[in-house]
Amino acid sequence: MSHTMSGHRVQSLHGPRVRWARGARVGLVVLATLPAMAIAATEGDATRGAKAYVARCGGCHSVDADRIGPQHAGVFGRRAGSVAGFDYSPALKASRVVWTTKTLDQWLVDPDALIPGQRMGYRLDDAATRADIIAFLVTLRRK
Amino acid sequence: MNSSLAPARRLFLSRSGQLTLSAAAVGLLAGTSGAARAQSSMATAADATILNLALGLEHEAINAYQLGAGSGLLQKAVLDVAVAFQSHHKAHRDALIATIEKLGGKPVMEKKLDEYAKALDAASLKNQTDVLTLAARLELGATNAYLGVIPAFKDVKFAQVAARLAADETMHYTALTGALGQSLPAGALSFGA
Repeated sequence: MSHTMSGHRVQSLHGPRVRWARGARVGLVVLATLPAMAIAATEGDATRGAKAYVARCGGCHSVDADRIGPQHAGVFGRRAGSVAGFDYSPALKASRVVWTTKTLDQWLVDPDALIPGQRMGYRLDDAATRADIIAFLVTLRRK
Repeated sequence: MNSSLAPARRLFLSRSGQLTLSAAAVGLLAGTSGAARAQSSMATAADATILNLALGLEHEAINAYQLGAGSGLLQKAVLDVAVAFQSHHKAHRDALIATIEKLGGKPVMEKKLDEYAKALDAASLKNQTDVLTLAARLELGATNAYLGVIPAFKDVKFAQVAARLAADETMHYTALTGALGQSLPAGALSFGA
């Protein structure tokens, strides 16, 4: 007996060959789902992100007001260090970083790695929470 | 004297010494100066920068409680707690200023009360629940801010200070959410993730 797996004919009758074939099938399924998992890990939920934003960022930031950190309305697509009137570090002012999903994620992982000399010491290790917060930030429109 | 008590007494005296040090604002961070000096000036400046952001946060907290206390919206018992929490933030502020100066940094200045009122939308506070909700939100944010900067410190002593500050903010947050009748976090490790 033989059967086809992904276009390849596999000899699989009994014993080790059967186990190998089953193992290979499972492996292929896992490989096939990895990209989807990776996407899921980076696709945040803005509703969850709104709550996480208050808890994680709310100590220093608001959507519509400059506080310890600058306001976040319209942050997505904005150049770093460009909120008028906010007292940025020279490093952030001089930066040419534009806030995208990728740069926001890099920023939250380790701000100083993205823009050396900036002032924010805060780091957010949890990738899912970062993704949720970024999804929320994307929804914030400039006033 | 029972000799078995001696170690405990030594421990007590030792701890008393530590408590005496930590009672003073500067002493909260005492022992850091030697370590700080041993570090590169760059690392020290980086730590001072983070502490300065923490100072900004403490300035805001002090003023937020001032706005709440001056709002006329708080019952006497709640007002007393708000003033107590504000005094904690003032102690944090004083300790941070002393440490930043010791590190050669320039402490960030407090803004005017009106500026904090505008940034925190104090005009929208209509009752005691509003005030407590704002305070709880800020305390939660402060807790997570302090926990979130811990990995960035070059000197582990400052990481410990941030953890101690976070503990105070967590205490405030827990008391405030309790006063609001809100439930405790359902899961463990809900802070600082």
